[in-house]
Amino acid sequence: MNKHDINQDDYRFKIANREALIGVGLVLFNFVWWYGFAYGLGSRDISEYSYIFGLPAWFFYSCVLGFIVMVVLISIVMKLFFTDMLLEDEEN
Amino acid sequence: MGMNWQAILPLLLFLIIIFAVGIWAGRYVKATNSFLHEYFLGGRSLGGFVLAMTMVTTYGSASSFLSGPGTAYNQGLGWVLLSMSQLATGYFVLMILGKKFAIVTRKYKAVTIVDFLKERYQSKWVVILSAASILLFLFSAMSAQWIGGGRLIESLTGFSYISSLFIFSISVLVYVVIGGFRAVALTDTLQGIVMLFGTLILLVAVIIAGGGIPSIIADLAAENPNLITPFGANGDLTPSYVSSFWVLVGVGVVALPQIAVRAMSYKNSKSMHKGIIISTIVVGFIMLNMHLIGVFARPVMPGVEVGDTVMPLVAQQVLPNWLAGIILAAPMAAIMTTVNSLLLLVSSTIVKDIYLNYIEPEAGESRVRGLSMWITGILGVVVIVMSLNPPDLIIWLNLFSMGGLESAFIWPIVMGLYWSKGNKHGAIASMLTGVSSYVLFEYFYPQPFGMHSVVTSITLAFVAYVGFSLASQKSIAAIAGK
Repeated sequence: MNKHDINQDDYRFKIANREALIGVGLVLFNFVWWYGFAYGLGSRDISEYSYIFGLPAWFFYSCVLGFIVMVVLISIVMKLFFTDMLLEDEEN
Repeated sequence: MGMNWQAILPLLLFLIIIFAVGIWAGRYVKATNSFLHEYFLGGRSLGGFVLAMTMVTTYGSASSFLSGPGTAYNQGLGWVLLSMSQLATGYFVLMILGKKFAIVTRKYKAVTIVDFLKERYQSKWVVILSAASILLFLFSAMSAQWIGGGRLIESLTGFSYISSLFIFSISVLVYVVIGGFRAVALTDTLQGIVMLFGTLILLVAVIIAGGGIPSIIADLAAENPNLITPFGANGDLTPSYVSSFWVLVGVGVVALPQIAVRAMSYKNSKSMHKGIIISTIVVGFIMLNMHLIGVFARPVMPGVEVGDTVMPLVAQQVLPNWLAGIILAAPMAAIMTTVNSLLLLVSSTIVKDIYLNYIEPEAGESRVRGLSMWITGILGVVVIVMSLNPPDLIIWLNLFSMGGLESAFIWPIVMGLYWSKGNKHGAIASMLTGVSSYVLFEYFYPQPFGMHSVVTSITLAFVAYVGFSLASQKSIAAIAGK
């Protein structure tokens, strides 16, 4: 089989494609969370700001909690949806 | 500042440890029977932790470490928001290139990104164009960082710029030349740990010095309420502009050759899984900490005029001298970890992609061995000479380095991996369109549609890739059909 054909019939590529799509999904979720809290809460008048641990709520939810949520989410995704596989070809 | 032994001692200690790592890694280079794989890729043996650390530190360069906190000092929380777009780099690169890249590059026996492109597209022009973009952009990026390294040692120790430059150069050159990729990855790990704890300690000290977070935020709001909004000190950080950094410093990073090459260096799928989790934690933690340090430093130490000096100055103000010395090894570490990777990458491009492809394809093992070390060393010397009196061209090219490389490589790499119809015509068109449109936009019409110009040129590069791949397929089919 031609080694230059990257879409040759390899069961591992199916899994790899799915995992790459999960990466796209995660980054979209990350962006929406970050954008939604930052500009949703942060666009209010400053006199209406609320504060969490002393930080403006928009910043706390978008950047601090958003970071923690992503780490937790990614750890779960790694455990449940990412598959262990051999990266070398069998004959090697 | 004069001689500052309390700053020099931790720095010295740091440099000695790094030398030791280089020499230790050099033993692997000596013992290997597959020199190119070992020297430029660490024998594809990175575990999850080292993989994560070398990814994060290669990416988090001096510019983010010194000018990032400086800009945050001037812009307030809006700049911390912008910097958090970099969280994506922690997981996106390894997930998108992913196992397919790891498997395919093993099949191809690729050691560099250009190797991968060469095998995928089977085109001499793809190789020449990509090697040329890497040499131009990364060489200038490296020189700019190198100058930064010299300046930093100058400001920490009080030595002259020239002697500082030599101290910096020798420390980097020795371990990179002897130890190759493995030495780079291991020192990246040590330096990443310094950056991690350094920023944490400094952040806590700044919060204490400012009387706690609520009081710091109140002081900021009293000075200029915009500092605690997402819109920057003058209210000019628009949502679309800030969001476009998700492309430049977030997902686009997948196309930086010095980052992408790391996605072929891990040992197995377990180290990849572990690496993704750790690098997300580390990149988020370092970015959040160091930019918050910049913002919080404002009420603690008002009136700093040169942004790049915020971090060193605030460290010296809020920490005991010896601790500040250790913390200030962190930006030093940030610079070293970036230049070491760039140096090795530029060297691999010359040795593997140009010399072994076109000049002496039959070169034997020992010849390649000597050549690689010599070229790495000579490159270092050339960079030193340029840093003594940097030519304008270098400074100019460096400004385009990140966006230029992303526009050039993102589609040839990503689409090449996942879209079987992509071909060399698409790849060449995409590289030419990406780089030229990026440079033109930056020069004549920055921020089209209110976004960083990298967004537009990546979009154009995509159209070129798909358009030329499909069009050339049709014409090939038409010829074959006759």
